Amino acid sequence: MASILETRGLTMQFGGVTAVDNVDFKLQRNELRCLIGPNGAGKSTFFKCLTGQLKPTGGHVFIENEETTGWDPHAVSRLGIGIKTQVPSVMDGLPVRENIWLAAYRTHGRERARHATDSAIERLALRDIANTAVGRLSHGERQRVELGIVISMEPWLILLDEPAAGMTGEEVARMAEIIGELNADAAIVVVEHDMQFIRSIAKKVTVFNQGRILVEEDVDTVMNDPRVRDVYLGKKV
Amino acid sequence: MVAASELRSALTVLVIAAILFIVAPAVIETYTLTVLIIYGMLALSLGLIWGFGGILCFGQAAFFGLGAYTYAISAINIGESTVPFVLGIAVPAAFAFILGAMLFYGRLSDVYLGVITLVVTLIFFKFMNSTAGPEYVIGNARLGGFNGIPGFQTLNVPGDPGSYIYDVDYYWFCVVAILIVYALVRWLLASPFGRIAVAIRENETRVELMGYDVRIRKTVLFSIGGGIAGLSGTLFANWAEIVTPGMFSLAQSAEIIIWCIVGGLGTLVGPVIGAMALAYLKFLLGQQSLVDNMMLLGLILTLSVLFLPRGIVPSLGTLLARAMPKRRRKRQHHRRPRRDAEESRGEVLDG
Repeated sequence: MASILETRGLTMQFGGVTAVDNVDFKLQRNELRCLIGPNGAGKSTFFKCLTGQLKPTGGHVFIENEETTGWDPHAVSRLGIGIKTQVPSVMDGLPVRENIWLAAYRTHGRERARHATDSAIERLALRDIANTAVGRLSHGERQRVELGIVISMEPWLILLDEPAAGMTGEEVARMAEIIGELNADAAIVVVEHDMQFIRSIAKKVTVFNQGRILVEEDVDTVMNDPRVRDVYLGKKV
Repeated sequence: MVAASELRSALTVLVIAAILFIVAPAVIETYTLTVLIIYGMLALSLGLIWGFGGILCFGQAAFFGLGAYTYAISAINIGESTVPFVLGIAVPAAFAFILGAMLFYGRLSDVYLGVITLVVTLIFFKFMNSTAGPEYVIGNARLGGFNGIPGFQTLNVPGDPGSYIYDVDYYWFCVVAILIVYALVRWLLASPFGRIAVAIRENETRVELMGYDVRIRKTVLFSIGGGIAGLSGTLFANWAEIVTPGMFSLAQSAEIIIWCIVGGLGTLVGPVIGAMALAYLKFLLGQQSLVDNMMLLGLILTLSVLFLPRGIVPSLGTLLARAMPKRRRKRQHHRRPRRDAEESRGEVLDG
């Protein structure tokens, strides 16, 4: 099976620090992949190289056989990729509906934008707060709004950076459910810290450590791997 | 639903403004009123790109002066005023487009954007001041240095250079111009382009991740702002019948920003009202010599930032909404949940 997202030798250096070091990564169609690793392992930097928010200093990124290395974020997004950033990136001064409409309009055009907006609002149970300015919402709600922005674009590849961060237990469970649903139509990459959450959604897990891939296995194998425990506890491997 | 209420509020503003402009000549001379309207339009141009696009331009006066000089120079060379009038809008818009493209494609941060636009204005100011010599000519027009350019053809009925539009007629011309510009800007802001522009102000990264090319959109908005400032410069040239380097001055640039802050950012009416009120005050104060003009302007800015941080118009909106909260709440009750009832307070007069 051909991969839809691939990196070859991807490297990102900040001055003398190599945050991502020669990473080869492959994602299959409709796959759900979790990226985990301790703080500073390079997960988010790797993620930003995929989305175009950072221009990698070396290596290549391919999305559906097209080389997207160094593309601007808007061009990457236009390929049909939904991106959720680490800190909820939403338009605080605008109502929930407007936030989602703007995303839907870009993908679907004027005619269908309204319908796509409504269905995203329904799906994420945002109806009661649809006309509230996003800045007035709780953190969990804002996370949901951002997810609404992503799904209204009907992407075939979704990149989520810490979708469960700062959410209550109930919200995390709901998020896991939503991700499962989304996975029916789209491949998903989730960058996450929360092991509980990973366990509830993951199939295959890639563990980052010091800018490199440490292990890439199915979730149970990874959880029982002593090396993974060690890096999480800060021990040297 | 959104479109209908937008249309209603825009029409309300237009009708009220038209009535005020009809009544105003009974109180203030039309000659003074005309320049107040011109300043109002200049403030509107910054109110659009700053209040809605989040682009703080310290050099809106550059486009104002450029519009005026373009008109004056081309009017001397061409004679008939129609083409110069169009050029007075098109040249500043094109210049703003090029400048904006350099700024936004270069990904300069807001601070640098402010500094660069300010410097561009100063370069114009210095350059125009130093063009007194006879070698500085464009066609038949001498640039005239600090004396400026007088004696150009002022606005005439298109095709008939002999019949000038001046005095009271010119007042009406400016009234119609600002109403049209206001209507067009409202329309622009209600369109997807305008909604995306506001979204860029709110969160540029998110808009990019949605797949919009932020750079071209900011450049176009900046250019539209430049065109409107150019139009007000053209109108100013016709009103004053002379253009001078003072139009590019630092004081002029600062004043536009003050108008916007005092009037209320994030609205269109606010900057217009701020400009007209402050410019009229300055005019009244100019007739006495007891207090320094600039000092009072500074005082007003300080007081308004302290007591009306959101500006006159949004604060008035909040007051109005408080004065009649019952009606609003009732209307909203079955339309929206309670939670955002407070939200829409203070947005009554927005726009």
